[in-house]
Parts: sequence; structure tokens; C-alpha cells
Amino acid sequence: MTTNILEMRGITKTFPGVKALSAVTLDVGRGEVHAICGENGAGKSTLMKVLSGVYPHGTYTGDIVFEDEIVEFKSISDSEAKGIVIIHQELALSPYLSIAENIFLNNEQRGALGLIDWNETNSEAAKLLARVGLKENPTTRIMDIGVGKQQLVEIAKALSKRVKLLILDEPTAALNDDDSDHLLDLILHLKGQGITSIIISHKLNEIKKVSDSVTVIRDGRAIETIAKDDVTEERIIKDMVGRDLEHRYPDHTPDIGAEILRVEDWTAFHPQDTTRMMVDHVNLNVRAGEIVGIAGLMGAGRTEFAMSLFGRSYGSRISGKVFKHGVEIRTRTVTEAIDNGLAYATEDRKTFGLNLIEDIKRNISMAALHRLVRNGLVNDNEEYQVANEYRASMNIKAPNVLVKTGKLSGGNQQKVVLSKWIYSNPDVLILDEPTRGIDVGAKYEIYTIINKLAAAGKGVIVISSELPELLGICDRIYTLAEGAITGEFPIESATPETLIKHMTMEKAR
Amino acid sequence: MSDQETTPATGGVVNPRENKTASWLSHVLADLGKNGIFIALVLVVVLFTFLTDGILLRPQNISNLIVQNGYILVLAIGMVMVIVAGHIDLSVGSVAAFVGACSGVFAVQWGLPWWLAIIMSLGIGALVGVWQGFWIAYVGIPAFIVTLAGMLIFRGLALVVLGNSNIGSFPAEYRALGNGFLTDVFGEFDLDPLTLGVGVIAVIALIVQQVRTRLGRAKYGQEVEPLVWFVAKLVLITAALGFFAYALASYKGIPVTLIVLAVLVLIYGVVMNRTVFGRHIYAIGGNRHAAELSGIKNRKVDFYLFVNMGILAALAGLIFTARLNLAGPKAGDGFELEAISAAFIGGAAVQGGIGTVGGAIIGGLIIGVLNNGMSILGIGIEWQQAVKGLVLLLAVAFDVYNKRRSGGR
Repeated sequence: MTTNILEMRGITKTFPGVKALSAVTLDVGRGEVHAICGENGAGKSTLMKVLSGVYPHGTYTGDIVFEDEIVEFKSISDSEAKGIVIIHQELALSPYLSIAENIFLNNEQRGALGLIDWNETNSEAAKLLARVGLKENPTTRIMDIGVGKQQLVEIAKALSKRVKLLILDEPTAALNDDDSDHLLDLILHLKGQGITSIIISHKLNEIKKVSDSVTVIRDGRAIETIAKDDVTEERIIKDMVGRDLEHRYPDHTPDIGAEILRVEDWTAFHPQDTTRMMVDHVNLNVRAGEIVGIAGLMGAGRTEFAMSLFGRSYGSRISGKVFKHGVEIRTRTVTEAIDNGLAYATEDRKTFGLNLIEDIKRNISMAALHRLVRNGLVNDNEEYQVANEYRASMNIKAPNVLVKTGKLSGGNQQKVVLSKWIYSNPDVLILDEPTRGIDVGAKYEIYTIINKLAAAGKGVIVISSELPELLGICDRIYTLAEGAITGEFPIESATPETLIKHMTMEKAR
Repeated sequence: MSDQETTPATGGVVNPRENKTASWLSHVLADLGKNGIFIALVLVVVLFTFLTDGILLRPQNISNLIVQNGYILVLAIGMVMVIVAGHIDLSVGSVAAFVGACSGVFAVQWGLPWWLAIIMSLGIGALVGVWQGFWIAYVGIPAFIVTLAGMLIFRGLALVVLGNSNIGSFPAEYRALGNGFLTDVFGEFDLDPLTLGVGVIAVIALIVQQVRTRLGRAKYGQEVEPLVWFVAKLVLITAALGFFAYALASYKGIPVTLIVLAVLVLIYGVVMNRTVFGRHIYAIGGNRHAAELSGIKNRKVDFYLFVNMGILAALAGLIFTARLNLAGPKAGDGFELEAISAAFIGGAAVQGGIGTVGGAIIGGLIIGVLNNGMSILGIGIEWQQAVKGLVLLLAVAFDVYNKRRSGGR
């Protein structure tokens, strides 16, 4: 018996026109936590889909050796039967079912007559929840617990399948720092119980924290596997992008002019629970050519503030004043907000940003279709030309602008969203987590675009939970906690420590 | 599908070593794939021409095909728009019956002039649309429920208006809407010159429009299809149109229903493709949240969609009533299902966001040819129903299969 639980040998997978993986070899030692990192589109998820049987045996070449035997999975249930469980980035839980029902979904605990034994189900679920350290009643509905806890339910579900190799695809992407820490601790805890994990992640600090070795994948090839002691951020980034990354943030020389936008006493309540204040008397301003950051933890009310400001697309009982160039403006509907020169690029591209079944061209024109109208009709040819200009200037990687946006990678989707808003010709852009879920190289491009917008005299508000990002690109940073602004820092006086202190400040009650 | 990975590139990937013929062929094949629904119509026509020993394509039958299916095609236009926006309308058959009954009251019982009766009837259709649009767009009740209720409400109101009897003997001008022909304007000939003339004009207009589009695209540096294929397609379409015009000319001329339909197809084709309203319908159907956050007024668009559907349902009711010369309680029974089938067979997506007026018309014609062909063959109504159901299922299954193969969601 070798020390490796898994060996993937020379895996090659091609899609029509694209070689997604070429001769990838991956060895995972028994009982280790193995990190896989790489840019979006590098082939990480494809590799895991090959491993878990999503792409069945025969659609790829190469061998998978699991526990010293060659395995040929035809479906996910084949791989699960062997103890390989994958937890996808987008959780596969049914919101209206209870925790216990979700854990035993398609694996129901049956009693007499083949009927479901609910006592058994709930007590077994409780044991599993204890193993993952989740203090919730097994009968609680999934929709009533937070994303962090849902992630733990997914792991409990994996444990119920007697998992030997647990694959986590960007498990902390949607979690706040506390939940992330808890999850990473749990992975280490499970390692102590002999469960091997593969963790796909963008976050280099968490890779360093939990993993025993790191394999970097780039352009469908495994570049190298680095042992724990040799892991450095620089080395991983170099492997990922194939070049030394001297600067992670482009140079930005601010040229700040007069105030463009001022928000006074902005207050909004929860849309259903109208007594719950989500945004608490926020005051802020943005000047021409300035990049202003809003730093806040998940649930601090960042998106709630931005969306309530942008045409009241979130919340209830909204009050406050908005001034542009010192004159009060109305932003009661999205149309009014756009007409008054505001743009809001959402943190959730797929749900709120793009029409995924439509092409790049029509997505870019969506917010400013009126600009293309000639004699009452939309000019298709001009639209094509405009889209092509943005494809070139934003470096959207697609063969042409007739490609559906659902087929683009995260970074390119984000560029389409930004193109859409830039084409609407705004004075102030609110960018909500503009680099979430996109790779290092594309991030740099997005930062460059943000700089260009500022250089063109626009005001940019960047909402982010990544402090290095805010510190790297902003001229001024506000901190937000529990819906209220808790501090304002010019970039010279902002440090991670002070920002975090203000981001976690609790209200005096 | 995950956005983490490079998905297979669509289109545009051309192997440089491929020779010209191969790329030409691949273009033709891609085009045929895109126009699968059109091919399906041709196949169905060929099949039934063969099975009925050519009766299907006799001039009289072709004319009948249009007149018999006119009202379904009118409904299909509105329905595909509603479906693209992600809704459905189950009430159109009842609305058609209700409006037909009202038009009977106006034109026959009250003796109003035919044109006034028609305008008032369309107005009632618009009011019905306002009613349903209000509940759907502004109260937020799913269209399925609102129009299911509407199906019962307007069927009931139709019966109330009719008062348990039929209304018949409509004025001749009104009846022309359903079974009138534009003919013999230049005197009597074996082949109606007006029909042939209109046919020629239609062909010329089509060619001019196609060439202009092609030139326009080329001017903006967009890829255009190979010239040979472009010409070949035009020749084929010209031949089909020519045959169609010849058939109509050798029978009674141009059906009034066809004129109404042609005008509607032109108008709504432009509305869906080239107007802001049409684009907003696609945007809403593709992603409602994204549309809203792009400043599109979803509610307003939804509302006017249903007003429009109400008017088109009214028009369908008028055409049907005119054709039968009778407003009866059974009118419009099952229209909604045929219109919905037409839209889906024509390639509309069940989740919304995808669908075209042209597709819905072809879908409606496929159903029409099936109805007509099976009737000629003497197949009973029971089997006709079953076959149509099967065709709908297969059409959507084919669509789903196609999408999966091309890596869509």
C-alpha cells in the first residue's frame, strides 16, 4: 500500500475546440489537506469533475488510481460509493427542507416497510452536526441558517456518506472571516480523524494555513506541487500567472477634483422586517477622480446601502438625501438613478448583473439602449460596433461579441458588467465586490479599469471585503459596521489593523 | 455549469487549415441547425403532400390552411411575447370567446356599423389586458394563476353576454375578416393579377431588405454568410413564395386574414427585434433581476405585454367569429393550448428569454399542417389530439437536447 490515497495520472480532457486539461498528474497523500490553486479557467474544477465522475470515464484519457486500484466512475454516485465527496461552490441544499432532511437526501434512513424513520434521521443528523461543531436543531430549515452554517451542513452530509476524500470547491468564497476560520479549523479537525481533503481556493493565506501541499494548475497543466514548508505567496502567484507579479495593484496617481456625490443621513430598513434597521444614517461623499472604499464585514450593510441608494432596489422605509454637484437629486427608481448619473455593478453577477442566455453585445447595451435608438428603432449594427469597442478596450476574452455571457469566465463576465455601466455614461460608479471570484490576472485588469475611470474624472465607490484590495487601490476608505459608518480614513492613515478595528465596532446600545 | 472553467468556445473557432468548402459547408450546417424549426415545417409539408397524394398543396387547401389557422397564428404572436418575458397566458381562448360574443352584441343586436363594432371589440380586449396586466404586473400574482382565473371569468362572461344562445348573421364587411378575399380588383382572370402582383412585390421587398441587412452588417465589419449560400437561400425563399402566390392566385385571391397576419408579423417582428420595448422583453425574460437593476421598468413592460395580448386575443376572437358567422359559447375552446404549443414548437424557451415571432408562426403552421393533413387523411379528432401532443413534447425535447449538447444551461 502506497502512502497516496489518490493518484491521477496523465488526465487529458478536451471540449470541442478547447483542451481543458492536458496530461495532468496529481498525487494526494493519505490524510493530508491538499490545496489546488490556479486562475479561473485554469482547469481546477474540470479536474475535480473528472475525479468525481461528473465527466464519466471515457470522456477523458488517463487513469485515476484511488486506494491503489484503478477506478472508472460513470457518475457521481459511483465516486460517492468509494468515499469521494465533492462540495461545490454553489451549495446544493434544498432551502425548504430541514437540516436533517438535507443531510440524508437521497440516502434516507428507512425503517419498517421502507418508510422514512424520522427519529433515526434526526438523531443521526444531530450526531453528525456535533462532529462538525454546528449547534442547530436538525429540524431547522436550511433557509433559516446562514451560509456559513449551510457549508457545515454540506460537510455533515459528506460525513454521512462515509467520506474518505473530501473535495471542497472554494468553500470560503461566500463566508465571512469568522465562518471561514471555523471551516478551516474543521478541515484540520477532520484531518485528525483520517479524512483526506482537497481544497480549491483563491485565498493564499488560507491555503498556507491549512494545507500540507499545494498543486498549482495553469492553462490545463499541473505546474508544480509545493510542500508545506516551501509554500510562499510569491511562488504560488508566480506559478499561477506564469510570471512574476511585482505589483498586484496598478499605480494610481490621484487627481481629485470637486465633490460629485454626497449622501446624507441615508437610512434603510429590512424589506420584510420593517423594524430592523439595515443602513443607519450613513453620510459619505465622493469627489471627481477619487476612488473611495467601503470596508465592512459580511452583513455590515454594504450591499444594502448601495442597493437602497441605487433606485431603492433594496429595503423599505428609506430616507436620506442625495446631492450631485451640490444639488439634491432623486433616486427613487433605478431609471432615475441611472438618469442622474449613478451606476451600480452588483456583487452577484449571475443573479443581478447579466442576462446569461443573451450575448455580450446585448448585455452591454442593456442599461443604455436608448443611446442606440435611431428613428425609434434600435440600431443593431451600431450596437455591434459599440460592443466590439468595449471588447477591445476592456480586453474581454471571447471570439466575438455574439458569445453568450453564460459561457464566459468570471473575470470576463465582470468586464461585460463594467462595460454595461461605463456605456451608460455615469458620473459615479458603485462597484460591489468588483473582483469577487475572479483570478489574479483579471483582478489586475479590473483595477486598471477602475483607475482609468477615476482618471477620466468619475467618482468610484468600491465595496470590498478584501482589505489589501481596498488599501491597494483606494484614495479614501470608509468603514461600515452594523449599517453605520464607523470611520473615515485617508489612504495615508489607513492600516489593516485600524480598519478591522472599526469594521468590528459594535454600536453602543 | 460553473464559470470557473473555460467552456467550449462557441462559433468563431475555425481551424485555419480547413479548406474553403469545409467552412462553407459548416456554415450551411450551422444555419440549418439554427433554422431547424423551418426544416421541420418543410418535412411535415413534404410528408403530408406525399401521404395525401398532393391534396395538401392544392390551391384551395393552401388557402384554407391560412384561413383556418389565422386566429391561432394571431394568438401565437402575442403568446410568444408573453412567454419570452417568462409568463404564460391561459385565458386567450376564453377572451376570444368573450370578445366574439361582445362583437355579436355590437354588430348584430345593436346594429352598430361593422367598423365601430370591431374597434369597440378590440377595446374590450385591451380592457381585459389591463385587468390581467394589473394583477400580474402591479399586484405580483403569477400570470399562470391570473390567467387561469381569467380563463374561467371570461368564459363565464361570454356565456352571460350570449344569454344561452348564439348570435349569428354578421354584416358582410365583418365576415370578410374571417373568410373574405381580396380578388378580382382588375376583373376576372384564371390567375388573379392582384395576388400575383402582391407576391412579386413581397419577393422584391424581401430581397431588398435582405441585401440591405447584409450590406449594413458588412459595413460594420460583421461576419456575413457566404454569398453563394445567401443567394441560394433567397432563391429557395423566392420559389416558395412564388408557389404560394400562384396557389392563392389560382384559387380565390388573397385572404383578408392573410393580410391581417402579414401586417402583424411585420409589425411585431420589428417590435421584438428593433424596439426598446422588444429588447426589454428579452432582457426581462433572460434575467428579471438584472433587467430591473439596469433601469428597465419590469412592471410596465409586463403590464403592456398583457394589454397587447388582450388586444390580439380580441382580434383572434373577431376573426374566428367572422369565419363561422356565429358567436357561440364554445368559441375559442382550446385556443390557448394551440397558441402555447405554437410558441414552444417554434423554439421559445420554457424559462423565458428566448423565442421569436417568426418561430411561433412556423410552429403554428406546423400544427395547422398537422391538423389539415390528418383531416384530409380522415384521421379522427381523437388521434389528431394525441399526435399534436406528441409533436409538442418532441419539439421541446429536441430543443432541450440541442441546448445540452451545445453546453448551454
